[in-house]
Amino acid sequence: MAIVIFSSELQKLTGEEQTRVDAEVFKDIVTEISNQYSALEHDELMEMAVAIDGEIIHTPFLEKVAATSEVHFLYRISGG
Amino acid sequence: MSEAQEFKYIGQRTIRPDGFDKVTGRAAYGADLTLPGMIWGKTLRSPHAHAKIISIDTSKAEAHPDVMSVATFEDFVTLQSESVAGTEGASGVLDVARNCLADDKVLYHGHAIAAIAARTERAAKDALDLIDVEYELLPSVMDVEDAMKEDSPVLHDDMFTAGYDEKPSKASNIATRVEMKMGDVDAGFAEADIIVEREFRTPTAHQGYIEPHACTVTYDENGQSMVWCCTQGHFDVRTLTAKVLGMELGKLKVIASEIGGGFGGKTVIYQEPVALVLSKKSGRPVKMVMDRDEVFIATGPTSAAKLKAKVGAKKDGTITAMQGWMAYEAGAFKGSPMVPGVMTMFTPYDCPNVLVEGFDVVVNKSKVAAYRAPGAPQAEYAAEMVVNELAEILGMDPIDLRLKNAAKEGTQTIYGPKLKRVGLVECLEAAKNSPHYQSAIPEGQGRGLASGFWFNIGGQSSVSINMNPDGTGTIVEGSPDIGGSRASMQMMAAEVLQIEPKNLKPIIADTENLPYSAGTGGSRTTFATGMAVIEASEKVVAQVKERAAAVWNVTAEQVEYADGVARNTAGEDSMTLAEVCKSAEKTGGQISGNANINARGAGPSFAVHLCDVAVDKETGKVDVTRYTAIQDAGKAIHPGYVEGQLQGGAVQGIGWALNEEYIYNSDGVMENPGFLDYRVPLASDLPMIETITVEVPNAFHPYGVRGVGETGIIPPLGAVGYAVGNAIDRKVEELPCSPPRVLALIQNG
Repeated sequence: MAIVIFSSELQKLTGEEQTRVDAEVFKDIVTEISNQYSALEHDELMEMAVAIDGEIIHTPFLEKVAATSEVHFLYRISGG
Repeated sequence: MSEAQEFKYIGQRTIRPDGFDKVTGRAAYGADLTLPGMIWGKTLRSPHAHAKIISIDTSKAEAHPDVMSVATFEDFVTLQSESVAGTEGASGVLDVARNCLADDKVLYHGHAIAAIAARTERAAKDALDLIDVEYELLPSVMDVEDAMKEDSPVLHDDMFTAGYDEKPSKASNIATRVEMKMGDVDAGFAEADIIVEREFRTPTAHQGYIEPHACTVTYDENGQSMVWCCTQGHFDVRTLTAKVLGMELGKLKVIASEIGGGFGGKTVIYQEPVALVLSKKSGRPVKMVMDRDEVFIATGPTSAAKLKAKVGAKKDGTITAMQGWMAYEAGAFKGSPMVPGVMTMFTPYDCPNVLVEGFDVVVNKSKVAAYRAPGAPQAEYAAEMVVNELAEILGMDPIDLRLKNAAKEGTQTIYGPKLKRVGLVECLEAAKNSPHYQSAIPEGQGRGLASGFWFNIGGQSSVSINMNPDGTGTIVEGSPDIGGSRASMQMMAAEVLQIEPKNLKPIIADTENLPYSAGTGGSRTTFATGMAVIEASEKVVAQVKERAAAVWNVTAEQVEYADGVARNTAGEDSMTLAEVCKSAEKTGGQISGNANINARGAGPSFAVHLCDVAVDKETGKVDVTRYTAIQDAGKAIHPGYVEGQLQGGAVQGIGWALNEEYIYNSDGVMENPGFLDYRVPLASDLPMIETITVEVPNAFHPYGVRGVGETGIIPPLGAVGYAVGNAIDRKVEELPCSPPRVLALIQNG
């Protein structure tokens, strides 16, 4: 199962540092954890970027997640 | 990617394909399009920093014989507080519209209130005086600390601070609070033998692009409206303008002109929807060009900030804890780059205990816009200053202290993932071995150094490569070329196609000719659009193999392609790319490849800068006497343009550190809206910026590219600030180090 590690900001909503999720695609992770933690808003999570195994992805909707993957939600970064 | 890659064209210093047009004056910029029947638009701007608009009477202006249309906020569609995604993150459409033309309040000196289109530019300007605006003046708040006070005048009655567990009961100028942490900072500081803690301030600073914002538009009720403008992202201009005006995307074409600098400042809209309203009401094409003072007072500079930085370390230099606090001015509407400031502040350091708190605060200044590595220079300035001071107290070489604590592969970041392979250690070692660092500090001068980190980004890019029957081709891309990216695209396509770069012509398509492409910003273009170019080129090569295979009655797998020649591995046949393209008519039609991607895997870039300064102790004037910029590019596609980016970032950062700042009077009116009084560094002010390009490849890019446009502006604030302090034996806590401020430091201690 993929491990989802919550930022200090998200930990305020989950009360936990991390969880394990059985999902193969990013969108299913979001569904799973927003069901698991009622304070997490599904749509807001979908608007965040993500790092899957260190690779930062801005719109990860259909990104594949391996059973050994480490997933972090991030603020979307822009630039100048 | 393999580090052992050998390249035929990548890494050369080719002539930029747009260079001839630019140096001969043929290139068409934002103000260069003139259409039949075109009239001129001009904007009435607020003389006040904060006021209610009681009424706007445009009747006298409308009666003027040369005036053909007038626009106010009422001409925009009724908008909701909707967020629209773009290259620069999400934009609140209502705020964007209210920034283009004020609704019921003016929120800063220069805020647009109404616009007039007239037969001539002069007539439009003169007719602005015929618009009567009745104001009710409100107290203004010009400083982030004042804005955060409980009793501060509030800009937006409906803004409640986000980021607290409980929604506040009272409206506030603080839009958002963010806190990121890892480890236990209290324990980390308890473990420290030495703690350094200081407060810092950075000024409002503008990108200082040479070309003012300009557009020419035509509105067509039935068909195709058009915007020609200088922008970093014409697809985003289309999205936002269409939203503000309630138009379908398919009925608005946006063409990106050549662009005379942007640096993040041309990622938003100001005049475009206003000009379309004026065009719609007059039935004429409308041109709007900002004057220089309008650029300063009404477009987005970067945030002024107040910051606190604290670092704790053991006597051997091991950093045990880092803590930061920052409040960034957003200008009149929320949305400062505070969050990336929080994320980047201490990222160059591998420290287990970190806590950073940030605030996004509105004030009565123009809404900030992105500026190279938005948010990072301010935050990392504070961090680098305390790290330099720590080295001084420890008696350690500042590079050795950084090497001991440097972020590297596996370092946990405060924003989430562990770093993949990065090049900070390599940059520090290059700095240490550089001729500059090896040289003695000249008598009476000061030396400073600082490191910098920026994420870099990917995002959506669309590319089409169309081959001609003679084997030449066109690279059609959607990313405006600000810093020489046409040349990079040409070289990457040439590398795949194995033909001379000059045989491929890169062009920037308008919004009708390609699918969406995110804007040029965030150091994304050579990385992301480059990936699309590589993919499209590979599709061309695949077709070339198929066509040759069909001619030779073999399979495509039996065809090799190298040096621009397809070879039959099952026989002796060969065809050049030009020959395959020439025969394409007979083998299935012309050859092209396209790629519409959403690039991921952007590689962070680290930099280290060295700076020597001489300070005139009688006047406080600072002269940079030597400067070296070292940065990890991943892979320098065109080394010359990478060096140019490093030098450009350094010069802009030096200007920010030394002289650039918005100066307001007690009424909140900007007093220096021009290049005579807003002092950017000139070529004659600076020595040649020495550069060292480090290449630690980004594993997620086929050629290892990281992107280089952003990071270079981060270290100068700390490097210059520390050098000045070193030269005058004072601690520099406030930028810029302008002569009056430096003189006061010398005299007052």
